[in-house]
Amino acid sequence: MAPQVPGHRFLQPQFLRDTARKYVFSSNHKVIGVQYYLLGLFAVGGGVMESLLMRVHLAWPRLPMPWLSTLSPIGAPGGIMTPEIYLALLTMHGTLMVFFVATTVPQAAFGSYFLPLQIGSREMAFPRLNMVAFWLTVLSLALLLSTVFTAGGPPTSGWTASPPMSALGSIAGPGEGMGQTLWLVSIGIFSIASLLVATNFIATTLKSRTRGMSLMRLPLTVWAWFITAILMAFAFTVLLIATALLLMDHIGGYSFFLPANLVVSGVLQRYSGGSPLLWDHLFWFFRHPEVYIAIVPGIGLTSHLLSVFCRKPVFGYHAVLYATAAIGLFGLVVQDHPMLTKGTNSFPALGLSVVAMAVVIPLVVVIFSWLATLWGGAIRLTAAMLFSLSFVTVFSTASVSCIFLAQTPLGLYLRGTYFMVAHLHLMMGLAAIFAIFAGTYFWFPKVTGRLLNETLARIHFGFTFVGCYCIFLPMYFFGLSGLPDCYATIKGVPTLAALQPWNVFITGAALATAAVQPLFLFNLGRSLLKGARSPQNPWEGTTLEWTIPSPPPAANFPGDPPIIYRYPYEYGAGSGTRDYIMQHELKAPSAPSKAAFC
Amino acid sequence: MALMLSLAITLITILFGGMLIWKHAWLPPAISTIAGPIDHQFTLTFIVCGLLFATAQVTVAYLVWSQRSKPQSERHHALHGSHTLEGTSILVATVLLVALSATSYQTWTRVHWTGPAPGALRIEVWGEQFAWYFRYPGPDDRFGPVHFNLMSDSTGNYLGLDRQRDPASRDDIVTATLGVPVDHPIELILRSKDVIHCFFVPELRLKQDLVPGMEIPIHFTATRTGRYEIVCGRLCGLGHYNMHATLAVMTEPQFKAWLLRMAAEQ
Ligand SMILES: [Cu+2]
Repeated sequence: MAPQVPGHRFLQPQFLRDTARKYVFSSNHKVIGVQYYLLGLFAVGGGVMESLLMRVHLAWPRLPMPWLSTLSPIGAPGGIMTPEIYLALLTMHGTLMVFFVATTVPQAAFGSYFLPLQIGSREMAFPRLNMVAFWLTVLSLALLLSTVFTAGGPPTSGWTASPPMSALGSIAGPGEGMGQTLWLVSIGIFSIASLLVATNFIATTLKSRTRGMSLMRLPLTVWAWFITAILMAFAFTVLLIATALLLMDHIGGYSFFLPANLVVSGVLQRYSGGSPLLWDHLFWFFRHPEVYIAIVPGIGLTSHLLSVFCRKPVFGYHAVLYATAAIGLFGLVVQDHPMLTKGTNSFPALGLSVVAMAVVIPLVVVIFSWLATLWGGAIRLTAAMLFSLSFVTVFSTASVSCIFLAQTPLGLYLRGTYFMVAHLHLMMGLAAIFAIFAGTYFWFPKVTGRLLNETLARIHFGFTFVGCYCIFLPMYFFGLSGLPDCYATIKGVPTLAALQPWNVFITGAALATAAVQPLFLFNLGRSLLKGARSPQNPWEGTTLEWTIPSPPPAANFPGDPPIIYRYPYEYGAGSGTRDYIMQHELKAPSAPSKAAFC
Repeated sequence: MALMLSLAITLITILFGGMLIWKHAWLPPAISTIAGPIDHQFTLTFIVCGLLFATAQVTVAYLVWSQRSKPQSERHHALHGSHTLEGTSILVATVLLVALSATSYQTWTRVHWTGPAPGALRIEVWGEQFAWYFRYPGPDDRFGPVHFNLMSDSTGNYLGLDRQRDPASRDDIVTATLGVPVDHPIELILRSKDVIHCFFVPELRLKQDLVPGMEIPIHFTATRTGRYEIVCGRLCGLGHYNMHATLAVMTEPQFKAWLLRMAAEQ
């Protein structure tokens, strides 16, 4: 009998301990999945706020925001945003979105929750490791946010943290002292957490599948998580090493990335022997795969959802699978391409350009598979389907802009301009976020047992889809005009200042799009409390998560995990009233015959 | 909803296509010998990409609109799609991409695999947080040595020259504007004092990073006189947005007079 302390039932130590074990420090994959999702939601909120502040400043640079000076009295005299604050926002926005949203939600959140369910397992292969990875991610986020409270504020060197700027310390600018140190530690810890996630996903996919779930019967979502996990294992190993080396330069006075004879603010520095190019070489082993780490889970999810909502098998399951693997493989190889802006030997230009262009071909294969799946399908335009379709169009646009960047002579001109900003935001940002929305609208009924409101979801979709295109398409043309990214204002350079009206347009679109997002949160909250009860299989899916009650019981499967008899996309194959056969069904269920009722 | 989505996608495609066709409003005027081939490659890419982009978007829009509520009985023939159509589409896209790669590679070799023409005027370009300096070798055609410990913006010795002791430094001319003669080959040697900067003149279609510890040569020939902006193309600190200088392309006599005036100011 646990000791009783006077007070409310909720304050009893035993109750607190149980609650903590069940909902906070839980090693249950479903709890961890939801925790990752909430962490991502928090990060995306922060990231969007920061981007809105930047957008407002870009449109109206002289607009005073009085509350800004209370937040940061040194940096914002009279509430006018200074370039330091702009760059601090830029770094925080990039870091939050790339690491804590695009890497975390499609892979760690959706994957932790649904990978075991879809392969018929009761848990991840290493449940405790899963929990450790999550709490390391929380620690990493806390460290990142703590940079706000340091004397110089967050680092100003962007999320790519290029040395020498990021290695020199506070002499290189505000935020480059303590802020940069904390940033590096935070990203180092995030890398460790990501390596744990990768290990866990790989082991789970290979070892925890239920009987009959052969590799070629895996849903494409599972394949996508698996491929992403392999990419993460490579990319984050390199990132971990690179940040460790940079941290040694930054606080230990080493010279991995710092050459001799640097004169910073008129002071000769005592470093020798390093090269900033080393960082670029290392970092690009992370930076390019990272784009695909963010997007590959979305590719898998889109293939999966298009099949469900077209009531048709995925067109070319194997083709999509191999194309996705090829995207990942090329993603690892392309890394060196941007080195060309740095005057290293021009010969690799050919090889790298060929590889960069070669990535586009599997992208085309995947896109054509989606179009072919749509062709002749009985499309059900649910909110999840709408976001999947928007993923298809955004992903196609981003793939087309790949063709520009892959060509060295054009890529050289466009790299470091707003063209790159637009490309990255469509590819890793919008596409990843549209996949997150699609996944949320699709799986919410399974996680909570309640349906989301479809009308609210459609309004949310319409404004988000059009708004996002209005924000990012003009940026492609900014890039063609030669506008470099990371500018706190474009009014300093007369030839670029002519683009200012477009800046106002983009900011307007961003504010309008952001204003619709509370609708999504409201829909989540309202449906959670009083949404209509969801049936076990509301979308008539075939995969294993739909064979169990919603929300799923603690052990996932009431009895033994089911045995798998078939491939995951048997739509249009059933008989009678049902047009699908689930993966665990040996025979197509026959419709109740009329005779039985006579 | 299906109709609205299709319309939205189509509208976006038309607007985007329109903006692409209107590209000369976007790419700044071309003023160097390498700009021609690069712009030609841009045009080819616009055509191929425009085609692929429009095909993908319009197909999505059409399919969503036409299949919106098809009864189940009508679509069993379509369950497995057409592999011939699919294969052909992918093949066409691949051929287009390979062709584009080939012309792109040709452009690249034409633009970057040639050294500077003999007799090119050599100019050193220095970047620092957040300013540009340019050094001309003067009549002796030699750059004097740089002493890093002498570099000081407050005394005006931006590049750490010791004009007393180094004879080669005596006639070096340091300016804040990059003046060049028109139709004359120029070789730039890019160097940075502190962090990575990036030399970018959109009108020249020329971009190259300045990496501390390295001396990176690039070359160009300007074909039109006028004043253009040199901007910094890589985040280098809080003054990054304001790190710009002027490229002044002048006629030969104008340039000579300008350089003499600059020499007198040293
Ligand atoms: Cu700079």
